[in-house]
Amino acid sequence: MTVLVLVEHDNASVKDATLAAVTAAGKLGEVHALVAGQGAQAAADAAAKIAGVAKVLLADDAAYGHALAENVAPLIVDLMANYDAFVAPATSNGKNIAPRVAALLDVMQISEILSVESADTFTRPIYAGNAIAKVQSSDAKKVITVRGTAFEKAAKDGGSASVEAISGKGDAGLSSFVGAEISKSERPELTSAKIIVSGGRALQNSENFHTIIEPLADKLGAGVGASRAAVDAGYVPNDYQVGQTGKIVAPEVYIAVGISGAIQHLAGMKDSKTIIAINKDEDAPIFQVADIGLVGDLFKVVPELTSKL
Amino acid sequence: MKVLVPVKRVIDYNVKPRVKMDGTGVDLANVKMSMNPFDEIAVEEAIRLKEKGIATEIVAVSIGEAKAQETLRTALAMGADRAILVTAEGDVEPLAVAKILKAIVDEEQPGLVILGKQAIDDDSNQTGQMLAALTGRPQGTFASKVEIEGDTVKVTREVDGGLETVSLKTPAIVTTDLRLNEPRYASLPNIMKAKSKPLAQKTPGDYGVDVTPRLATLNVSEPPKRVAGVKVADVDELVAKLKALGVAA
Repeated sequence: MTVLVLVEHDNASVKDATLAAVTAAGKLGEVHALVAGQGAQAAADAAAKIAGVAKVLLADDAAYGHALAENVAPLIVDLMANYDAFVAPATSNGKNIAPRVAALLDVMQISEILSVESADTFTRPIYAGNAIAKVQSSDAKKVITVRGTAFEKAAKDGGSASVEAISGKGDAGLSSFVGAEISKSERPELTSAKIIVSGGRALQNSENFHTIIEPLADKLGAGVGASRAAVDAGYVPNDYQVGQTGKIVAPEVYIAVGISGAIQHLAGMKDSKTIIAINKDEDAPIFQVADIGLVGDLFKVVPELTSKL
Repeated sequence: MKVLVPVKRVIDYNVKPRVKMDGTGVDLANVKMSMNPFDEIAVEEAIRLKEKGIATEIVAVSIGEAKAQETLRTALAMGADRAILVTAEGDVEPLAVAKILKAIVDEEQPGLVILGKQAIDDDSNQTGQMLAALTGRPQGTFASKVEIEGDTVKVTREVDGGLETVSLKTPAIVTTDLRLNEPRYASLPNIMKAKSKPLAQKTPGDYGVDVTPRLATLNVSEPPKRVAGVKVADVDELVAKLKALGVAA
């Protein structure tokens, strides 16, 4: 079986989510990587070095510059004549493009797989991660998105794949990119951070987030996350949100500060190796999943913790 | 323009789902069901477009068991004008839903279809994109802002690193993210009025769509349980634990 993997990149380098998708795809067969973009040669070169990638296809065209699904999906659909499966990381890009590909191929997508049981059988979370379904696909070609935290990341080095330039139909003329507001952060990216410090509604305002959560995160070299309540209240931008509808993370250590632990939040972090909860309500549901809990007022406890580290 | 809003009846988002002992699925008997939260946001957005004089008619659609009628009545009570119920037993997969919706889009010719970005039961996040593919229309997924400008729609999307804005030619497909709006509650008079709004009953066969699942669910199980943790008494003890974990020097 040959598998086409969609590479998530910023033209210069390959994003970590791709590495997990390569590992998942490798369980199915030979892995070819597709880099679609504009001026993406460097990303293609980086993809060629990923261990386990046999070949890189580079589609370099202005039409693919902003990963518009209307332009990228037909490119993939044409390539799929030669592939048995298409695998994308379950990033916002992958989630946007893959179902469009699946429908054009007339197959059901298997979303956010957690494991590959066999060539046609996979496990995936449903009901906000409260149940795990084992599903078997009867489609001839498989379209799959991969939950990045569920698979080991393939090594960034060690591969020596060839890069082949390809072209597609280009601009479908249905949509155009207007602009982006990307949050700037010096801290580790949430989905790949080893340690995450997350704050909830109990922080009360944006300023407290900056003065209480961020110093602790910086001391630990951690990424900063938030609950939906904290995002909705405007304490932090929405790409900080961890949960069913935000980012799914599985760091070594997840420190939840002032987060009650609603099921939608747990869906995004309960696969963390160690969960630490700081909350003044000893009955908060977060303590049912926390490995280490401290009942106390975060406004006293967290600054004390930061100073003692 | 006409706006089509597909809505799904799902387990209420506050209910903790229980996996059946025999591993066949999640127990939905006697569980509170509601409109999928992302679909409420979609209905709300359609109503706001009507209030701005952009949308002329709002058609709500649901596909599923007969009880999905309640979900449609909720949409009608919020402000949708009429509803279409496509009755089908068992789980209908996103691909089949998208095919039925395509047939309805062909018939109704809406300028905009607004769907939720995902249903909180199967967590697929596919239907809107699939509908866009099948109809050959552009897609604005995970929308946190929607602005109609003549024959284009400008959609601000929630993406991994922040926000991105795209411009789509109408007719277009939009899927809603949480921050698009705050859905309204239906008032009692509107709930009463909704009972007399038109609701057409259809079957997948009427649209020539085969709803046989492509994915067989072999087993549904509980996720691995986390072992109960310990509570520490003070910060010093927590610091010691962090040091033991190797995350603090």
